[in-house]
Amino acid sequence: MIAVSRRAFLKTSGETAAAFVLGFYLPLRGKKSGAVAGTSARVLQINAWLKISTDNQVTILVEKPELGQGSRTYTPMIIAEELEVDWSAIRVEQAPTIPAVYQGLRTGGSGGVVNTYASLRKVGAQAREMLIAAAAHEWNAKKADCKAESGAVIHVPTRRCLSYGELVEAASLLPLINPDEILLKQPKDFRVIGKSLPRTDVPSKVEGSAAFGMDVRVPGMLFAVIARCPYFGGKLATVNSVAARAVPGVRAVFPVPPLARHYNTAGGVAVVADSTWTAIQGRKKLVLHWEKESGGSENTEALHDLVAKKAAGSPTFIAIDRGDALEVLSGSAKTVEACYESPFQAHATMEPMNTTVHVREREIEVWSPTQFADEVQSEIAKLSGFPLDKVIVHMALSGGSFGRRYQWDYAAEAWQVAKEIKKPVQLVWTREDDMQHDFYRPYNYQHLRGAFDDDGNLAAVSTRVVTTPIARTNLYTSFRESPETLSDPATTAALEWYGGDMAPYSVPNCRLDYSPAESVVPRSWWRSVASSYTVFAKECFIDELAYARGRDALQFRLDLLTAKTPEAARLHAVLELAAKGSGWGEPLPKGCGRGIACCPGDSCSAQVAEVRVTEDGTVQVLRVVSAVDCGLAIHPNGVRAMTEGAINFALTAVLTGEITIKDGAVEQSNFHDYEVLRIHQAPEIEVHIVPSLEEPSGVGELGAMLLPAAVANAVFAATGVRVRRLPIKPELFKHSKG
Amino acid sequence: MEAAGLSKFMRRIAFTVNHQIYFIEVDPETPLLWVLRDTLGMKGTKYGCGLGLCGACTVHLDGEARRSCQTPIGSVGAKKVTTIEGLSRNRNHPVQRTWIEEQVPQCGYCQSGQIMQAAAFLSANPQPTREQIDEAMKGNICRCGTYQRIRRAIERAAAESVTGGNAE
Repeated sequence: MIAVSRRAFLKTSGETAAAFVLGFYLPLRGKKSGAVAGTSARVLQINAWLKISTDNQVTILVEKPELGQGSRTYTPMIIAEELEVDWSAIRVEQAPTIPAVYQGLRTGGSGGVVNTYASLRKVGAQAREMLIAAAAHEWNAKKADCKAESGAVIHVPTRRCLSYGELVEAASLLPLINPDEILLKQPKDFRVIGKSLPRTDVPSKVEGSAAFGMDVRVPGMLFAVIARCPYFGGKLATVNSVAARAVPGVRAVFPVPPLARHYNTAGGVAVVADSTWTAIQGRKKLVLHWEKESGGSENTEALHDLVAKKAAGSPTFIAIDRGDALEVLSGSAKTVEACYESPFQAHATMEPMNTTVHVREREIEVWSPTQFADEVQSEIAKLSGFPLDKVIVHMALSGGSFGRRYQWDYAAEAWQVAKEIKKPVQLVWTREDDMQHDFYRPYNYQHLRGAFDDDGNLAAVSTRVVTTPIARTNLYTSFRESPETLSDPATTAALEWYGGDMAPYSVPNCRLDYSPAESVVPRSWWRSVASSYTVFAKECFIDELAYARGRDALQFRLDLLTAKTPEAARLHAVLELAAKGSGWGEPLPKGCGRGIACCPGDSCSAQVAEVRVTEDGTVQVLRVVSAVDCGLAIHPNGVRAMTEGAINFALTAVLTGEITIKDGAVEQSNFHDYEVLRIHQAPEIEVHIVPSLEEPSGVGELGAMLLPAAVANAVFAATGVRVRRLPIKPELFKHSKG
Repeated sequence: MEAAGLSKFMRRIAFTVNHQIYFIEVDPETPLLWVLRDTLGMKGTKYGCGLGLCGACTVHLDGEARRSCQTPIGSVGAKKVTTIEGLSRNRNHPVQRTWIEEQVPQCGYCQSGQIMQAAAFLSANPQPTREQIDEAMKGNICRCGTYQRIRRAIERAAAESVTGGNAE
């Protein structure tokens, strides 16, 4: 059995603990690194994450990108907890992109907070101990007699007290204390972690001052758009740019070559102008002819046929094989089978892709809304031939990401444009560019079969997963080389079928195998990645199995979770919590139904969705009750916010969202034909968090994994119609009565 | 009546944003959105779709919510433009206060538009029902999915306007 989780993958590829680099930031340590405006106070840096001014202002440098998930609040809270400083004294700053110092300049896999939990506690503790050491030295006292409290060190026997501001100068000159030798606080003593403190970024986001990538302004800058080849794999044949150049304010028009698989940019023609609007107007005047390549024949209907065929053929590899599922299935008199399918999905972040680049003679400066700042830096260094330290990357706020900004295609394009212009240039993607040149959630198709033994116990489940694999087009270094990687289950596990395993359900014979399907459409991670479709299929199928046995969907699951493992116990608990919160089993009006789903992992969760299906086949999701066990909830309101967001995000893919391909191009272009969830479609959401002092685990994607199955199962409860293809279309109910 | 020194596309235009009069030279077809962002440097108003489908660019024209991406600058005339920057001093508009109390924003990109839409709506309908809130706000997309909090923040602002809230 392969046990590679996506989190493990992300860890091995760069999310290493930062603790061992605590001493690397020596050049700034002990030196004045700034002044507090309007005062004589000085600012000193204790370690790479902490600046303290002589007038007691504490600034925490946040290395994680802020995409909306709360990095600029939750990660500083972890440092503040150990530092023993009041939250109200904290200021937050984005750390510079220096990967040798900061190893967390990226976030993904719901790991923004949890992957830094251990190391950032040490950051705070190290600074605290150094401030204590400085105080002890000052008083000629024993460190053991000193304690830190609310931004000051107290000498307990004499009640003498020195503030951090008074101590910082001496502390910043002390040799760094090895953080691994410091005793960290016990979770029961936490005063900051576990509190729903106000987010640091919210005030700027309600007054319009928060600066996203699109809001970057640099003196003398120009604005650019690119007319991209609409056909994946196609190229520019001819362009007439006379009319475009004649638009007042247009400064330059030139072709931009596509960058190969490594970057996966479409290539096209750049229009650079004085303003965004002028650049867009100039682009409209281009007369363009494109050449389709072999991908120009791809369409969604053919892709459906291809994946269905692959699901019926031999698999490329077997990923999970416990017992002998195929043997049991072929010998069983009582089997159930079903196929589930879901289409390409766009990320459709509210802020379209953009990046600002200034190429100077010896230095490139980049301002990018990115999920992956160190990769933007290294890729632009590679493309340009500039040394890494001459590519300065500023992480701007991102207007949503959901996996999209893990790709650096748009930053590479911005560099392509800027290197032709001697001025800073902001490359802006219009909504249409963003919708048609995304890296989409893979198209996927799953065939599940289950068998009961003579006593009616679930004896075997076989799952075939077919996807247009991420591994073929993703920009991630380890996965570019294809198709060889596709025969390696460990490598593809995280990307293609993770979440499909039946465990910890007790099913004695389990098999999961996989086949890739070819497509020219670029694919990548989309909030909850493979689990966004594998959990849909698995949890719908469990429901079908329960129904086949005439069992209650909740009880059937609980009975499958009898293994004496922590995961089974946690799953059992969240199922019961969600069921209780939802009024599971209580009667509902006609046309309404409840559905349940659960999912194991570092975080365990269960959801109950309540739906109404109207006469005309419209599915209204009325209420979603979610139970979340994420270990210690560092910021409970943040856990609720992420869960609400993930549920709403996934609802788009369940109710309306669908990217279709015709002649090798995306058919949708804006929010009129890729309809995302709107407020009148948003359900009531209740989030129940399991109290826990266990290690924290991620929640950014959790809600998105469960929602599709919970809703589909609720639709069945309401109508008797099974949802096996997303999004749910009204036609599905045509031949049934509500 | 082409002004001297300007191309045939450009016009001198005067208009009022946040109680301040601006004189600019620009193609009158240019959407107010891009004039605000690129000409005046007021970046709180956001580009989301360019077709009036998402509401991220919502501003007030004489107090009414308008999509600035669908409003040519030449059509603004004497109407007073209010943007998120001019909605209040110190974030103290009732809607901004409840937005903070309910911790609405995640990425925050759509929230200027959401707040401007909600502010105009509440001034026209100070005591809305849940259905009226949904109806008024359904043109504003939030991809992070903060809709439940947006509803609560609007309801709270409405309730506080009755009780006097914590208005200062």
